[in-house]
Amino acid sequence: MNSKNRPTDPRRRRFLTRSLLAASAVLLTGCDRLSRSDTMGRLFDASSALTQKAQRLLASRESLAREYSPEDIAPTFRANGTTDPQDATYRRLAADGFRDWRLTVDGLVERPQRFSLDELRSMPSRTQITRHDCVEGWSCIGQWTGVVLGDLLAQVGVRDEARFVVFHCADRYRGGDAYYESLDMIEAYHPQTLMAYGLNGGNLPVANGAPIRLRAERQLGYKMAKYVMRIELVESFAHLGRGRGGYWEDRGYEWWAGI
Amino acid sequence: MRIFDSFTGTNRDQAATVIQRHGAFTRLWHWVNAACLLVLLMSGLQIFNAHPALYWGKDSSFANPALSIRAATGDDGEWRGITQVGPYRFDTTGVLGVSGPDEARERRAFPAWATLPGPRWLSAGRGWHFLAAWVFVPMLLAYLAYLVLSGQLRRRLLPRRQEWRTLGQSFYDHLRLRFPRGEQARHYNLLQKLAYLLVLFVVMPLVVLTGLTMSPTMDAAWPWLLDLFGGRQSARTIHFLCALALVIFFLIHIVLVLVSGVANNLRSMITGRYRLPPGLPASEEVLSDEQQK
Repeated sequence: MNSKNRPTDPRRRRFLTRSLLAASAVLLTGCDRLSRSDTMGRLFDASSALTQKAQRLLASRESLAREYSPEDIAPTFRANGTTDPQDATYRRLAADGFRDWRLTVDGLVERPQRFSLDELRSMPSRTQITRHDCVEGWSCIGQWTGVVLGDLLAQVGVRDEARFVVFHCADRYRGGDAYYESLDMIEAYHPQTLMAYGLNGGNLPVANGAPIRLRAERQLGYKMAKYVMRIELVESFAHLGRGRGGYWEDRGYEWWAGI
Repeated sequence: MRIFDSFTGTNRDQAATVIQRHGAFTRLWHWVNAACLLVLLMSGLQIFNAHPALYWGKDSSFANPALSIRAATGDDGEWRGITQVGPYRFDTTGVLGVSGPDEARERRAFPAWATLPGPRWLSAGRGWHFLAAWVFVPMLLAYLAYLVLSGQLRRRLLPRRQEWRTLGQSFYDHLRLRFPRGEQARHYNLLQKLAYLLVLFVVMPLVVLTGLTMSPTMDAAWPWLLDLFGGRQSARTIHFLCALALVIFFLIHIVLVLVSGVANNLRSMITGRYRLPPGLPASEEVLSDEQQK
């Protein structure tokens, strides 16, 4: 007998194949259940905290997001999430060109204030052509004009206890909870962080967050709250929404949106 | 009577030479890495499904993606899965674009069995992806450092100058599924060396760097990443291609592990011990040894 390839027992082979299939099925449903478990949730949060620490170590406070040239601007800036808020107050304000709209800045500040759109427009502005990265994976380049958030915060005087800037919005995504987002003071004071009222040289369209939206250029799109009505300085965001610091964060996305 | 056992890769009546093939760290790295890559691949496909199109350049030219997977209604009113690569369209119903059992057809780019988690769930996919990356990247850096510093890179992986002459022969031998035996099996052959070098020092670092390029904070920290890959969307496409390359490597790896003595190979990656496949009759051995030199 000189068989080079000793045939393996077909029963053994069948058993192996079936075991493998069964094991992978158990593994897959197991993974879905695991994804829902508190343990994995804590591990995901821990890994995100590690990412935040590492990225903060690598990126300095001032390191800038890339700015592009006018030729790079996308023909239409893609609008995502809510594109036409149904809130009655918002619709009334929009119908009137946001003449009666006021941006409230309050919370842990020395001088709470309300700003009209004209007041914001008369403040020193910054224009930047930057890339918007959606958590879904796509990117779009647009030109943003607005007030540097740091300048706005300087006007109201941020108190020492303040650790986060919360953005309260007029939109309810798919009719659910009100949209909100939060940044820590490092991202809030970043020179490219704007409350933008202009897109590609014109007024910010409703689809993209009129009258003002947040631009936080080192973060993913879901951080950049649209239809901002109120900016609140807080020590903690635990009392807001489900306590994770934002609309999408409350739905499982990580608070650190730098990756 | 000589019986070659393809399962153990040994000659059962011959006192075989057993060598210590893989060190402890290599074995640990191999299995941790295998688990990481599986999680990274499947969670990566989950993330891809959130926007199942690839582009080349700085941003997304939504009208003409380099690759897209979508669902469209066919003439019969049924959903069809359409995969488009450049100008070429393929009907991929059942796997890409439209998949799942008949009673619960789903419109999704990659099917549920290929993604982690199974259902459409981007945030959990991202959770798994970055968690696995935090194991994969430090382990990769440690392993590459170990290969260089221990001299294993030079001893085991870098082809010797005279070895290049065996390229054609090595390729031909692989096609015929003929593998080095006896003393020659102590070392990796040329194609093996090239494959491991390519995966370890090119594809894996590339998959990490293109992954980092998709992070807006990393682009602010290391703007050269954007220049290196020609923009964030190019980097995303290269990231996908690297994953594809790793899948192809994995498939070839599995086939070769299976056909060249699966038990012997597996044992060498668990305990480290590897039984050299018995050599050819003396005359042939000398001849082939000479070819090697």
